[in-house]
Amino acid sequence: MTIHKGRGFACINYPIGMNLGGDPSQALVHSTPDGKFMVALSAIDLGQGMKSVSRQIAAETLGVPIEDVYVDTADSDTGPHDMGSFASRGTHRVGNAVIRASAEARRQMLEAAAEEMEVDAGDLTTDGKGNIHVKGAPGRAITVAETAIAAQFKQGRTLSGRGIFLIPPSSADPETGEMTPVTCFAHAALIIDLEVDDETGEVEVKEINSAYEVGRALNPKLVEQQLIGGAWMGVSHTLYETTEPYYPDRRHGATDFNHYLMPGPAQVVPHHIAVLERPAEDAPFGGKGPGEMCANPVLPGIANAIYDAIGLRCDTLPITPEKILRGLREMGGARPPARSRGRAA
Amino acid sequence: MAKTPVRFTLNDAEAALFVDEGANLIDVLRRGAGDLSPKQGCAQGTCGACTVLIDGQPHLACLTLAETVEGRRIDTTGGLAGGPQLHPLQTAFMEEFAAQCGFCTSGMLMAAKALLDRQPSPSRDEVAEAISGNLCRCTGYEPIIDAVMRASQRMRGAA
Amino acid sequence: MTSIEFRKDLFADERDDTLKEIGQPTIRQDILGHVTGRTPYYDDHLFDGLLHMRAVRSPHHHARIRSIDTREAERMPGVRRVATARDVPNNLNTLLSLINFGKDDEPLCAHDKVRYKGETVAWVIADTERLAREAVAQVRVDYEVLPHVLDPEEALKPGAPVVNEVYPNNSFDYHERYDHQKLRFGDVNAAFARADHIVEAEYQMSPIEQAPIETCGAIAAPEQNDRYVCYTNTQALFFSLGTTAKLLDIPSSRLHFIGGTAGGGFGGKVDSIVEPTAVLGAILTGRPVRFAWDREEEMQVGAPRGAERWRLKDGVMADGRIVAREFTGFFDSGAYTRLSSYAIVKGTGHLPGPYFIPNVAANVYCCVTNRTPATAMRGFGITAVDFAIECQMDRVAEAVGMDPIELRILNAYRDGDMKAHRRKAKNTALIECCQVAAGKAQWPLSGEAMAQSSLTGGGTPERVAIPETVTDDEGRIGERRAGRTASTAPSRNGRGRVPSGQHGATIVAAPPQNPDMQIEADRIGHRMGSETPPSAMGPASGAAQPSAPYRPASQTGGSIVPPRPTPPPAAPPPAAPSVPPSAPPPASPSYGTQPPSAPPPAATPGAPHDAPYQRPAAPEPEPYRPDKPFSRGTRRPGSSPFLSGTRRR
Repeated sequence: MTIHKGRGFACINYPIGMNLGGDPSQALVHSTPDGKFMVALSAIDLGQGMKSVSRQIAAETLGVPIEDVYVDTADSDTGPHDMGSFASRGTHRVGNAVIRASAEARRQMLEAAAEEMEVDAGDLTTDGKGNIHVKGAPGRAITVAETAIAAQFKQGRTLSGRGIFLIPPSSADPETGEMTPVTCFAHAALIIDLEVDDETGEVEVKEINSAYEVGRALNPKLVEQQLIGGAWMGVSHTLYETTEPYYPDRRHGATDFNHYLMPGPAQVVPHHIAVLERPAEDAPFGGKGPGEMCANPVLPGIANAIYDAIGLRCDTLPITPEKILRGLREMGGARPPARSRGRAA
Repeated sequence: MAKTPVRFTLNDAEAALFVDEGANLIDVLRRGAGDLSPKQGCAQGTCGACTVLIDGQPHLACLTLAETVEGRRIDTTGGLAGGPQLHPLQTAFMEEFAAQCGFCTSGMLMAAKALLDRQPSPSRDEVAEAISGNLCRCTGYEPIIDAVMRASQRMRGAA
Repeated sequence: MTSIEFRKDLFADERDDTLKEIGQPTIRQDILGHVTGRTPYYDDHLFDGLLHMRAVRSPHHHARIRSIDTREAERMPGVRRVATARDVPNNLNTLLSLINFGKDDEPLCAHDKVRYKGETVAWVIADTERLAREAVAQVRVDYEVLPHVLDPEEALKPGAPVVNEVYPNNSFDYHERYDHQKLRFGDVNAAFARADHIVEAEYQMSPIEQAPIETCGAIAAPEQNDRYVCYTNTQALFFSLGTTAKLLDIPSSRLHFIGGTAGGGFGGKVDSIVEPTAVLGAILTGRPVRFAWDREEEMQVGAPRGAERWRLKDGVMADGRIVAREFTGFFDSGAYTRLSSYAIVKGTGHLPGPYFIPNVAANVYCCVTNRTPATAMRGFGITAVDFAIECQMDRVAEAVGMDPIELRILNAYRDGDMKAHRRKAKNTALIECCQVAAGKAQWPLSGEAMAQSSLTGGGTPERVAIPETVTDDEGRIGERRAGRTASTAPSRNGRGRVPSGQHGATIVAAPPQNPDMQIEADRIGHRMGSETPPSAMGPASGAAQPSAPYRPASQTGGSIVPPRPTPPPAAPPPAAPSVPPSAPPPASPSYGTQPPSAPPPAATPGAPHDAPYQRPAAPEPEPYRPDKPFSRGTRRPGSSPFLSGTRRR
């Protein structure tokens, strides 16, 4: 007959990319006749914003405005090989390939501009607004468009680039498990505040406070999208989702969304996020990719908060009302731990 | 197989099709009329991705018999803009990043439009209830609620 | 409601925040398509004469197929073709064969046996989905039901039904030697003996569905130039193309795969089953064919995140330091291994979590059972073990009477620390995340905890040392099923010894093949360091003097509400190169290219090894090459050689 409040903590790190390498990504970048750039990929956008992030990376590396860059994916006839969008590899691997391809295209663009302006290519830079100018002398400039036209119609140069990023494949040692798993890790820590109703067994998450370290937020809104959506999926994973509620018995498995439960819009949990950025040295502009790890810490955070609330260890997922009530019954009622966690004394 | 003629208005245009008996509206809209904006997620009426408006009311096209829309008006997301300008809901969804994979978005927009057409000044709870028949797996819903609130403010001239 | 802040103050000296496009909240390139309904998912392509393909599925967990009678189905109205395993040219594969990992163990269509409830035994291709469903119901399959096994540990025991003859021990074979992947670092049993507390628990995660709103599906059609086009929502375009080429024995150049946009994936769209099926349908009928899972199939036939069971045992000192951690993990891969074999290695590389623990051991098993095969899902290989680790950390905190966050900070890994897989930690930030999260939630931490930093205190001689390690050779392939090994946990009686300090080379990225392919160092927005050469195993360069070992001020939870954490002292930056150094070419990576100069150490009881430790070479991975040279492809009787299925949009 009581609502018990609980608070729980969890922290994790997460490997970025396919374990043990061997997963190449390629990109091709080329200029249209008047200096717009197309980035051809085979990477897949699942909603995480692959196309958008690639576009920003290409524009930054090329030194042109983002409006002049378009990402096209995925057509196996025109897009170069990419291993795929999984294992949090997209931003890291594809991003690096896009940087390499864009860097090569930029180099040609600067050489073409240098020929037009009769200066050394090393003296030129871009302003990110569509102009190429002499370093320190913005008045001596030529537009990207003029450069592209001159290159392709007068000089006989392409403005295009190709890039591949690969961590060569390795393996794990059979005796010790020694391996080089990946090159960088993202981090997260969060605190769950929730309530447990000891009459119905229902758990309601009331608030999440979190810190995620993502290398660099290449697009802060895309990072925010992933963190909010991922935390939601973490709550769903912990409290609701299963295809086999009586695993390993396969009976009563959900076959539709009537039985496969997920939290709805009326159950939005206020989530207060802090984003930390510690660039990884071999990641594109240091960005690591938050798409997968955002759900992971929520699962143990909730389990630990439930223990704080009612003194029941829930070590089997999902933590359903049935499991809570059975556990309470075995314990003879809620037994919150004596020491209150995480609150000012 | 016997076919039934069905005529209806689809986003301001007249549509006239012969449909198989028992055909559901989503198949007729997508493959018959060529409007690919409503999406099929479950064919069981549980996900809401196929939400369209029939005479202004939200309905699940996967559970609607095509023959029953004779003479009715159907609105889909494909016709929401109605011209070169986006509808305030569409603009708000873009600004609030209320879509990731985008598959639920068509249905969400229809549910949201039906709400704003009858309740121009909804509370967040009313928005949540209006979209509670539309599942989203990516966003966690909050950006969608934010977008509908922002659109309602704009449409009232309040922001 | 939800709020977000960007703590730019932390690690500020490692970043340049004045980039132009990077860091901008630019509106997504694709969102205009989403809100106008114009984004083309695979199913948003109209074909005249589109056919619909549906599968006949096994109702049994495990059964032999005596016969399949499709005659009734073939006669039904609108049915164009009924297909079975005989129609699949090369009906055995495993996804990871494309990167030469594992054995082909899975048919696209069952022929002699079904191994999970829902497995495909035949297909019907008809004019409408409804007609296909009705015909599927008329396919008669005569099954001889076999005993099944659904628990991963039961599957490993002697006498368990053999699920898949390719893995007769019901577990994936690792390195052609063991029925599990080992991790050994130091000596956990000696550390357990001197620990003040032992904390043990078991954790279980059930399977869960990726449940994207768009189910897996593909439409394939004959295209001009004697090729097939396939519109798909796969997460891995070339994986699916390569798998299709292999299963259908068709050169990859005759396949044109178009995708790039998925209505959600979360790992559930990597298995590449719908694409070969749809392309097979197009080949057999000469028409456009759609094959997609309905929601029920997506739920129970489409691969879920596999169930996992983890047992953890920690040895903890009274002051909260974890000195030993042992894992026994079981991945329930289901009837076919798909990607699970890889997940075990990924999970093993993750252990023991983001903590400095000087003795670690793990045995991780990929178990084969009679259930829907498992696949990737957001957090693949990591989610379940992180659940176990973080619940375990809370148990440890309670055992030693310490605040849970202070315990994490005490044990957290830092720059320069050695990890259990024998690579040094770098670019760490766990401590800062703990501090910031505690601050946001007003969770009081002691001043000492708040003063800790990932940049200091790590990489000291004791934290970077690789200890002498106890190894064992228990669990060789076949021993468990033969009853000669009962325990699945890491051995208590390891006789092998790997001397301290042994490690291989770190693998780094392949350098750019052309110097022009590098962005200038002053435009990348952060320091481009170089990998610390493995020979210099000292403290991380640039670290400040290691601080005194951290001991929390009080173990009953401090009462100081933490102020905003001050930025850690800036480590002196190395001289910024004017051109970023290309990553050193991988000097013959220790794996795969060197034949062993001495045979691997045999575990003779009681004899420490005096031969230098040699890791036996793993075979160098072969790039996937189709066996046959390019050809004009196969003509199948009954399939039209003419272009059909004009695309309308």
